[in-house]
Amino acid sequence: MAEVRTREFKNLASDALADDGVQKNLGSLYNGFNQGRLSQAAATPNWEEMRERARRIKTHTIENLDYYLDMAATNVEKAGGKVFFARDSETASQYILDLAKRKGVRSVIKGKSMLSEEMDLNQRLAKEEIEAIETDLGEYLVQLADQTPYHIIAPAIHMSKSDVNDIFHEKLGTDPNASIDELAGAARDELREKFIEADMSITGANFVVAETGTLVLVTNEGNGRMSTSMPKTHVAIMGMEKIVPSMEDMGTFLRLLIRSATGQKISSYVTMVTGPRTEVEEDGPEEFHLVIVDNGRSKLLADPRLREALNCIRCGACLNACPVYSKVGGHAYGWVYSGPIGAVISPVLTNVSDAKDLPYASSLCGACKEACPVKIDLPRMLLYLRSELTEGNTDPTRKNSSWIEKLAMKGWRLSVSNRTMLGIANRLGRIAQWPIARKGRLRRLPPPLSGWTRYRSFPSVSSSPFRSRWKKNIKP
Amino acid sequence: MSQTRPQKASLFVTCVVDQFYPEIGESTVRVLQRLGVDVEFNPDQICCGQPAFNTGYWKEARPLAKRFIEMYRDDEYVVIPSGSCASMVRVFYQELFHDDPTLLRQATEVGSHVFEFSEFLVDVLGVDTLPKATSPKLNTSVTYHEACHLRRELGATTQARKLIDASSGVDLAEMDQSEVCCGFGGTFAVKYADISGAMLQEKITHIRNSGADAVVACDATCLMHIGGGLEKQGIQVRPQHLAQLLDESMG
Repeated sequence: MAEVRTREFKNLASDALADDGVQKNLGSLYNGFNQGRLSQAAATPNWEEMRERARRIKTHTIENLDYYLDMAATNVEKAGGKVFFARDSETASQYILDLAKRKGVRSVIKGKSMLSEEMDLNQRLAKEEIEAIETDLGEYLVQLADQTPYHIIAPAIHMSKSDVNDIFHEKLGTDPNASIDELAGAARDELREKFIEADMSITGANFVVAETGTLVLVTNEGNGRMSTSMPKTHVAIMGMEKIVPSMEDMGTFLRLLIRSATGQKISSYVTMVTGPRTEVEEDGPEEFHLVIVDNGRSKLLADPRLREALNCIRCGACLNACPVYSKVGGHAYGWVYSGPIGAVISPVLTNVSDAKDLPYASSLCGACKEACPVKIDLPRMLLYLRSELTEGNTDPTRKNSSWIEKLAMKGWRLSVSNRTMLGIANRLGRIAQWPIARKGRLRRLPPPLSGWTRYRSFPSVSSSPFRSRWKKNIKP
Repeated sequence: MSQTRPQKASLFVTCVVDQFYPEIGESTVRVLQRLGVDVEFNPDQICCGQPAFNTGYWKEARPLAKRFIEMYRDDEYVVIPSGSCASMVRVFYQELFHDDPTLLRQATEVGSHVFEFSEFLVDVLGVDTLPKATSPKLNTSVTYHEACHLRRELGATTQARKLIDASSGVDLAEMDQSEVCCGFGGTFAVKYADISGAMLQEKITHIRNSGADAVVACDATCLMHIGGGLEKQGIQVRPQHLAQLLDESMG
């Protein structure tokens, strides 16, 4: 499994906040992808009904996941494909490595897949001396720079053109001032050779249609189609939640996914693959394998308060709308998934206790749930995880909170237990603020409240709270 | 004015307004009274429980929520000058009591009587024009910050702007990204002060660019956060609760 750095959230977030270049690139999300989604939503009749329909389909599918997975597997096999269910990333990787060895594979082309990042698949292949090349341009950039994707659908969103110039100059020998067209041309030349040489392709899965066993890939560069048609063996890896019951449902999901992701009506390519090449087909692989991976998703499925997270179709709209993501960026979250959906699923898929910052690193503004095409109530799940971390309602290993915070919460609870206690707390507050208040403002508070006064002053406690004013002046 | 307009409403003033911004509470009362509402105030009220709930301390939040339910279950209308506290009661009590059918039912019932201030004026009282001051003196331009919970939990996106438009002597100068969070988020502002501070800076930039004299919102906590940042940076833009603006405008 990919390295987990969720414990380092605060440091990684500070790095991003201090990086002017990253801040500038993240600043483009609001007017870019986010406004693109809003324009498409406004121009699409029945957008809200479509979201509701998609939410219902997904909820139904996840509630009956065993049934639909079995249907999908049966139909993939009927079409001549092979299906493998993997409990975790290790099992999934091993299946692919064994297959590659059996076929004598030396070179693999990759379609974009976040699951592959979970599995750390490129590193696993490299250890066996199998070259794996990413073919989505953003993923290719990230791979050349030896980084991990920054965003679910835009892996290199944190890089500027000059960053790309530097990477391409170093790795591909392009002119340091090459134009965007020249850079794209260099990547195309490089990748075209790889497509021709590759013995195997590994792609992700945007959707798998249960009733037909069809793999659906959405791309803008055509790399998905090249990957699924050129090499002799095609392996698709999918998280077990990526099932859609019928081809009719695909209409709803394609419309929602693409509009919510990039703000396009439709992507340049939508690739649908059912099994390997048949006798009457000229293109396509000789073998098709579908690897269905759990890797911790059962934990989400088993918890009725978190199950809704499996409705996610990985469009990235919640990242684009999130004011926290647009400040701390994708790497701060410390594992594969970032932004609001990452703050919910990364802790559960890795280890909740190590990821205690993630559910708390949100102002709970709800921009994510407003943006989500399948209406996932992300703030609700963040709140639930907070209660799990604090009180460990169901799972003691999730418990984690500092004694200072607990003490503060007890003190606060005492002060608001009745109006006499509140009166006492008001007096204590006024005594405490007396030496530091200037013109009714507190400008420097001691830790742990010093973070507040780093960016704002604080109002002082009123000597005549509303309740006493009510008694004296207002009460009719 | 409609004949079915409520005669009485109970004010839940919120702990932040009570302890830090009592003048917001006074304005809320005056505006409601000017609109013909008989305002009641239960002096035993304290807090809805949101600070504990949001931080994960649900066991601490439950007794406060229970008290709110008991205190207000017989009131026909409860008005709260905060989108966030109104959301706590109407939306998040459902979460807090999800495994207790009795309290869940009571929470749903009391929640259906709870209204945020601007919602109450527009949706319940049906206000579309506001009384003018006898000698109008207000001449100000304001920009409006949409409080997150008001917009996304209660779904109230139009009411406050409608009331600002109906106020005499007030011009609305919209800021960019008025619907984006100011970075407050309760304990988030302290626990993740640098992230919160960066979000606040964006908000302050948009407020300044609007050129308005005041920034208006329906939540004292957003205003405490935004106002604290403006004050710290010496920027002369007033933070003002909608109730205060309407109070001033009506004179």
